Amino acid sequence: MIGERRFGGLGVYALAYLVFLYGPVLLLPLFSFNDSIYITFPLKGFTLAWYRQMAENTQLVLALQASLKVAVAVAVVSTVLGLIAAKAVTRYRMPGKGPLLGFLMLPLVVPSIVLALGLLVVLRLALGFELSLLTVAAGHVMLCVPLAMLVMISRLEGFDRNLEEAAADLGLNPWQTFWRVTFPLSWPGIMASLLLCFSASFDEYVIAAFLTGNETTLPVFIFSQLRFPQKLPGVLALGSCILIGSILLVTLAERLRRKGLQPQTAVAP
Amino acid sequence: MTTLQPLREDRAGPSPRTAASESLGRRLRLAWFRHDGLRGYALISPTLLAMLLLLGAPLVSLVVLSFWTQTYFEFDTTPTLRNYAKLVDWQDTPVYLRTLWRSLLMAGAATTAVVLLAYPIAYFLAFRVKQHKMVWLVLITVPFWTSYLLRIFAWKVILGFNGLINSSLIGLGLIEEPLEFLLYNQAAVTITLAHAWAAYAILPIYVSLEKIDRSLLEAATDLGKGPVEGFLKVTLPLSLPGTIAAALLVFIPTVGDYVTPTLVGGSSGLMVGNVIQSLFGKANDAPLGAALSILTMGVVTLLVCALLWAVRPNRSGAELQVRR
Repeated sequence: MIGERRFGGLGVYALAYLVFLYGPVLLLPLFSFNDSIYITFPLKGFTLAWYRQMAENTQLVLALQASLKVAVAVAVVSTVLGLIAAKAVTRYRMPGKGPLLGFLMLPLVVPSIVLALGLLVVLRLALGFELSLLTVAAGHVMLCVPLAMLVMISRLEGFDRNLEEAAADLGLNPWQTFWRVTFPLSWPGIMASLLLCFSASFDEYVIAAFLTGNETTLPVFIFSQLRFPQKLPGVLALGSCILIGSILLVTLAERLRRKGLQPQTAVAP
Repeated sequence: MTTLQPLREDRAGPSPRTAASESLGRRLRLAWFRHDGLRGYALISPTLLAMLLLLGAPLVSLVVLSFWTQTYFEFDTTPTLRNYAKLVDWQDTPVYLRTLWRSLLMAGAATTAVVLLAYPIAYFLAFRVKQHKMVWLVLITVPFWTSYLLRIFAWKVILGFNGLINSSLIGLGLIEEPLEFLLYNQAAVTITLAHAWAAYAILPIYVSLEKIDRSLLEAATDLGKGPVEGFLKVTLPLSLPGTIAAALLVFIPTVGDYVTPTLVGGSSGLMVGNVIQSLFGKANDAPLGAALSILTMGVVTLLVCALLWAVRPNRSGAELQVRR
């Protein structure tokens, strides 16, 4: 009622839009507690059986471990690669910067099925690599570098370049300048990039499905379970856990971002 | 001539001496400090090297592969355009062009739905919400962070053969048999894509609306324009760049989407990504699959360029109009 008076018809529409945005996804936790393998209204009874079943599934636990390993490695490697690339393009006048950036951003626009098959051709046919979690991680690094670069470029452009120049004038060498000035100031960006790359890799299915060997990652495991109706409640429970995990990650990222903004405004008013 | 002379002498003077005594290392170091770009490229080289190996090589190898021919388990490496001829042959093998066309239509429909649904929300955020703007922005970006696979999976749960709609309707005694038209068709793919990408379109539109100088709107009111005319003549043209960006952000990835049609598309809702995959897999014709990949990317690039070209004069015209 209050919302309606304050915002008018658009406010009502906005609320309806939020329901549309969240509704389907919130069905997963709702039915993960439902005491029935059929997903149907009315709800039967409350149960934790699907969560228990999930925790006892060794295949699932292995897939979760594999996904965590890959995602952590990918987040660290992509963020380092993204940070140095962002530093290069924001701080140096490089000839051919436009085409260079265009090339590095290609993974954002090329369909991931094309990237996956191209990588498969190179790694498998040309280089003769054995497919494993390592090849999955390599593919994910390629996907995540542009994401990390976008985050880091906006962060590096956001703070005063004079700070770095002042550090250099005061006699710090480039390495010291990086560690004492650039790195602390871009720390919130680095955290945001780590979280973004982690969740992108953790969630990625197509490249993982084509480049994985014997060990599967979590999305590939979930995909394989979708074929069996009796496994559906277990997947619902798993999906709910992932949902809660990613919401916690977003909250953490947002907090870090805000925390990082305060000292910066104090340093460069 | 006179101004150049001393400069040239200056440079030429010490050069014979230094050229002899200067080591290669010193000259390199000089170049290093003199050329900003060189240091930039040195810094970016690990990233560039990794991306050349993981992105450049795969794309180049697909291009090369698309000119080869599959002979059972080997490749005939004589360059040929036969794969491309096969793809565009409307008479004998219409399936490729037809699938590509269908993918473009489905992605176009999903994009249109996403942008039309997102625009009012972006407008609401930019012009109506005064307090708690951050809360709204976070609420809208959270789904952007949650698993893409799960969002699609949710729709499979809703629309499926034993899904929420069907089983609930049967439970209520309204229908006897599950409704089969809900899942595994083009409409299901389009709805699912529109929902999965909904959050991506709001931010670019919001940013372009937020940037609009509010005094322009006041000027329009002062000149006797009503709210509708003000919107059509000022707000809409000025937010067009962000809206186009949003549309591209959704359209480009959805054309080549593979997960959504695989999960909810069935056989009639297959998109070009699925055909490419089957060419590399079961159909055992990787060169043809590579050619289809290249063709798809080429067509999408052409469409995007055509769109950008088509709206460009409009955009500058609108800006001129407003400035006057």
